[in-house]
Amino acid sequence: MSGLSLNAITKTFGDFNAVDDVSLTVPHGTFVCLLGPSGCGKTTLLRMVAGLEEPTAGSVVLDGADITAVPTHKRNLGMVFQSLALFPHLSVGDNISYALRIRGASKAEQAKRVEELLALIDLPGFAARPVAKLSGGQRQRVAIARALALSPKLFLLDEPLSALDAKLREAMQVELRQLQQRLGITTIVVTHDQREAMTMADLVVVMGKGKILQAARPIDIYRKPADAFVADFIGMTNLLPAEIDKAGRTVVLDAAIPELAMPSGMSKASVSIRPEDVHLTAPGNGVLDGTVSFVRDLGGTIETFIDIGGTAIIAVATPRERPNVEVGQEVGIELPAECCVVVKS
Amino acid sequence: MRREPPRTLADYAPLAFPALMLIVFFIVPFSTMIAVSFFKRNPASFYTPDFVFDNYERFLSVFFGSVLAFSLMLAILVAVCCVAIAFPFTYLLTKCGRRTQTVWLVGLLSVLSLSEVIIGFSWSTLLSRTAGITNLLVAIGLMDQPVALLPSFGAVLTGMVYQALPYTILVLYPALVRLDPTLIEAARTLGASPPRAFFNVVTPALRNTIVATLIMVFVFALGSYLLPQILGRPSNWTLSVLITDQAIYQSNMPFAAAMAVFLVLISLALVGLTLLVGRREHAL
Repeated sequence: MSGLSLNAITKTFGDFNAVDDVSLTVPHGTFVCLLGPSGCGKTTLLRMVAGLEEPTAGSVVLDGADITAVPTHKRNLGMVFQSLALFPHLSVGDNISYALRIRGASKAEQAKRVEELLALIDLPGFAARPVAKLSGGQRQRVAIARALALSPKLFLLDEPLSALDAKLREAMQVELRQLQQRLGITTIVVTHDQREAMTMADLVVVMGKGKILQAARPIDIYRKPADAFVADFIGMTNLLPAEIDKAGRTVVLDAAIPELAMPSGMSKASVSIRPEDVHLTAPGNGVLDGTVSFVRDLGGTIETFIDIGGTAIIAVATPRERPNVEVGQEVGIELPAECCVVVKS
Repeated sequence: MRREPPRTLADYAPLAFPALMLIVFFIVPFSTMIAVSFFKRNPASFYTPDFVFDNYERFLSVFFGSVLAFSLMLAILVAVCCVAIAFPFTYLLTKCGRRTQTVWLVGLLSVLSLSEVIIGFSWSTLLSRTAGITNLLVAIGLMDQPVALLPSFGAVLTGMVYQALPYTILVLYPALVRLDPTLIEAARTLGASPPRAFFNVVTPALRNTIVATLIMVFVFALGSYLLPQILGRPSNWTLSVLITDQAIYQSNMPFAAAMAVFLVLISLALVGLTLLVGRREHAL
């Protein structure tokens, strides 16, 4: 099979399971984001793919060949580190051509490839500059170009954009995705930023405590989160307690939503509903009534915080869609059943 | 952190004590020595104030020239050996666990508590025929009979490297601990084997540290006076030994002063040259 597969990988540090029995199949050319809070094992997993850590158990298979025991320098991969790790004593061009020099490529070959890569990252004519003279975004691009110098089979990035400011980061996410699609290279990015994952990935892998909690397309993770943790981690959400009443209907807070079926065998759960799916209406018209406790007007969207007997629900809408309500006002809330997802609490 | 530059006289007060110490214990004696180096020797009463170049002229002979050359060569060799041994060692040490590092560093610091005399006599015992390490080699059948490994140039070099090594490691350690480990990992992902990554990345990234350490050990070894006498033949004696001999046993203070001034000038010139070459290479 063409692509990468991780088979039952475990990594133990002392008696701590950093990565716990993780299996994942990544088809060739897929952009994968490993997403999770710090300490969830995502970086360790990436380092095992790179060969910088040895798995305690399990195997890494690339294009049908088991590479678990192959040392890093023979794996033919490109990696971008969180610190970028550009060689401070070399120029931009020498940084990019380092891998070619190791392989004994001729000076002319090196120069040609450096030109190509500098054009690819949109920094033509930068070859002679010292690395120290570059801006954060330029260093980022050079690190990417250096990793791609040998057209590797695998492109690995460990929190590559975390050092950039918010605006530049968003722009680089788009560029990185476009670059990956142009090259069709299998790419794995570690990130803790869910927006970054949603922007770039074909496949988002949400990790927690060394395990994969959910691996799916970004929109599927957003719409159908596997559990409360994933729902909360990916985007903003309202997690509301739900249970089955005597009549067998599903009750969310105090609102009976008969159309919403609880999975069999579950009597108590949480319901996740995205803020943009919560609609405001006149008091008594919705399934729940509450009081507006805070309004955050961000210009493009308005977030309305509604207090329902101690539980806060957030509704997001554009100014046009949203009825004009103010703090302290009574409002009704609609929770469309098709937008509610029952998750384990 | 940015600080305000000192403005008033009171702001410079903390400098007063070190400045005083430097003047009293360095500038004054050194100036005196320079002055004495131009004095005339008087066998009856030590020396008489004068301004002659006789002492420097006498120094410009094949004998003293070769001793100076030997001293410089020895100091350079000790510096190179120390850095060549200490650099890989310290690099591997920083990769060890915290406990291992502590044990090693405490051990190395305890070597610093040994005086030059103890180091000299310990090595002279270790390298001797009657009680030295060659007896061990005989015991395990590698040699037929024990031999004396001293006095010899090798013994002088061994003793001086042993003495300077802890300093070398302690100077290199902070720089190597701070080195970003992902630099090597990056080189490895780009196809460099671990030894190659070490020479391609670690060594150049720490070039300035290495040059500074070489200079430090060089200066440290240049002043060596005891170990060459304990472990070496007269032909292995350094200029420091001759200076002491002239000053104390021959009572020729002006000539000793002239040699000392010459040694200081030559070593300053060498250090300056090293820095200059380093800077020019860096600019390329």
